[in-house]
Amino acid sequence: MNATIKTLGLAAAVTLAAAPAVAQEKLKVGLLLTLSGPSAVLGQHARDGFQLAMKDLGGKLGGRDVEVIVVDDELKPDVAVTKVKGLIERDKVDFVVGPIFSNVAVATHKPIVDSKTFYISVNAGPSNLAGKSCNPYFFATSYQNDQNHEVLGKVAQDRGYKKVYLLAPNYQAGKDALAGFKRHYKGEIVEESYTPLNTLDFQPELAKIASMQPDAIFTFMPGGMGVNLVKQYRAAGLADRIPFLSAFTVDETNLPAQQDAAVNMLSGSNWAPNMDTPANKKFVAAFEAAYNAVPASYAMHSYDAALLIDAALKATGGKTDNKDALRAAIQKAEFKSLRGDFKLGANGFPIQDFYLVKAAKRSDGKMQTEIVEKVFDDYTDAYAKECAPTN
Amino acid sequence: MTATLFFVQALNGLQFGLILFLIAAGLTLVFGVMDFINLAHGVQYMVGAYLVAAFSAWTGSFGWALLLALPTALAFGLLLEALVFRHLYDRDHLDQVLATFGVILFLNQGVKFVWGAAPLSVPVPEILSGSVEIANGLLYPVYRLAIIAAGLVIAALLYVLVNHTRVGMLVRAGASNAAMVSALGVNIQRLFMVVFGFGAMLAGFAGAMVAPILSVEPGMGDNILILAFVVIVIGGIGSIRGAFLAALLIGLVDTVGRSFAPNLLRLVLDPAAASQTGRAIAPMLIYVFMAAVLFFRPSGLFPVKR
Repeated sequence: MNATIKTLGLAAAVTLAAAPAVAQEKLKVGLLLTLSGPSAVLGQHARDGFQLAMKDLGGKLGGRDVEVIVVDDELKPDVAVTKVKGLIERDKVDFVVGPIFSNVAVATHKPIVDSKTFYISVNAGPSNLAGKSCNPYFFATSYQNDQNHEVLGKVAQDRGYKKVYLLAPNYQAGKDALAGFKRHYKGEIVEESYTPLNTLDFQPELAKIASMQPDAIFTFMPGGMGVNLVKQYRAAGLADRIPFLSAFTVDETNLPAQQDAAVNMLSGSNWAPNMDTPANKKFVAAFEAAYNAVPASYAMHSYDAALLIDAALKATGGKTDNKDALRAAIQKAEFKSLRGDFKLGANGFPIQDFYLVKAAKRSDGKMQTEIVEKVFDDYTDAYAKECAPTN
Repeated sequence: MTATLFFVQALNGLQFGLILFLIAAGLTLVFGVMDFINLAHGVQYMVGAYLVAAFSAWTGSFGWALLLALPTALAFGLLLEALVFRHLYDRDHLDQVLATFGVILFLNQGVKFVWGAAPLSVPVPEILSGSVEIANGLLYPVYRLAIIAAGLVIAALLYVLVNHTRVGMLVRAGASNAAMVSALGVNIQRLFMVVFGFGAMLAGFAGAMVAPILSVEPGMGDNILILAFVVIVIGGIGSIRGAFLAALLIGLVDTVGRSFAPNLLRLVLDPAAASQTGRAIAPMLIYVFMAAVLFFRPSGLFPVKR
């Protein structure tokens, strides 16, 4: 009898001793990124940025060991939903970080937030998720999609361009881009030209631009389309005569292929590799050393996402079970963003500064974007006011 | 202004059409002579572009890169033929489509594995890097004129090869009736291999030529393959002459449609509606054109007599 009690007591003691160890089980973070197909390089930057942050944070977030599970959404919303269900139901992740593309974000939003898992976007910022469909489980360390385009619209307006030619691929993001540009630009739009998605030869459009002689062109041509457009624009002799304004077209994912053709072309961004903060300098140098590429903003956003999770978990003492406490901790997480000024607005999207940047060749021959001037200070996206706090 | 703009756009259409022809020529022969649907033909275009990118990084000269890339593309085509395609000639079209689609997936992933997912760039050769001013303020790159010249030269060579040589005669005979050619004692296996390797090299040449003006990236052959199929269907399967004409027509219809459809519609519609419908119609034009050709000539413009 006595022995039994002793054994039970011992068992209880062992269980108690084990309890803290159970609470300290590994934190799980799912990275949902596009890692195959022509746009894979964007996802690779984001993945590498997160991995670099993990290295700099000693493999821990908020003092807890971390298991990072990387999945490829293949830029297919249906595939992404299946993979997300795996992350949530099988792996039971605490955070989903990603995706790159807005169509993936919209499709995976519901399964993730319905399971009360925190979803932190490192690029995609579709207008509905910032506005009407905002959700307390969704945050972004990037921007709302329109904002980079708004920078160029504002610049075109401020510089007094009277006639602008707009060029975009014929799909939702292309139309959103031109709508974003027009938010601050009030001059004449001589032509709104849409090319089929994945058009690689822009010679017909270039001939048209040359014949119309606008004061500037604005375009949104991500990926290989941007590489081609920039090289062909330069070869057609237009680059020195008609200013080339763009977003997501001349960035560090495309610059290695665009090279000299892109020099001095203008773009809008919330950050650039040459941003003069000690943390950013260290980040850029470490990224280049580890991955042999100048980081693009995708890498910065996902580095910041890791810092954000780290800061929030430090505030909750590493606990993730009280969702409301964790959310409050994310919302006011104090960390040094690589881009300087950063805080999260009520809709989960950043309030941050935006810059006009231009492509330049560094002294070591590598290409990067560099800041020209600040265009917006502590800028909130246009949809934040549609986000009802009760959501 | 409109006349010069039209001229420039016609030049663009010609250049695009000639690139399409280089790809479609091999495809139409393989389809026509061997009755073999090769979806992986677009991948050979991509491989050509990657080869020239790799060789020009290695040798530092586009000319040498092109010289090295052509035999390599040929060897690669022959290797694929021996490894995969040879075993599919007697199977039905569905098996061929499945297997060659597998080759697309495999090679798209393969180039990403070797060269990475980021687009590669190939510098325009120094000697062709200038541009000539054609229209008011519009410079036309010399390199594009070089593509047009190269395309026309290849087309002329192909014409001579197919119409005035013994191999060409066998190829034409094979397109009409492969079984009969075989019965007459011609080694049809070897003929198939030659046709296949040659088609792969032409596609590789097209890829190599566009590498300096387009970006070299995984999957770059997938879109152009669809257009190449449109070309061979319009031209008549197995006909080089048909492929040539159809490729130029498609190039012109696409380019001119893209830039003038909104302007033409403006004559009958108000400007906003015209640009709206214009941009919807322009990408459809080539398919509308294909439907029209097939309606009047169901076996294409130059059907091979069977």
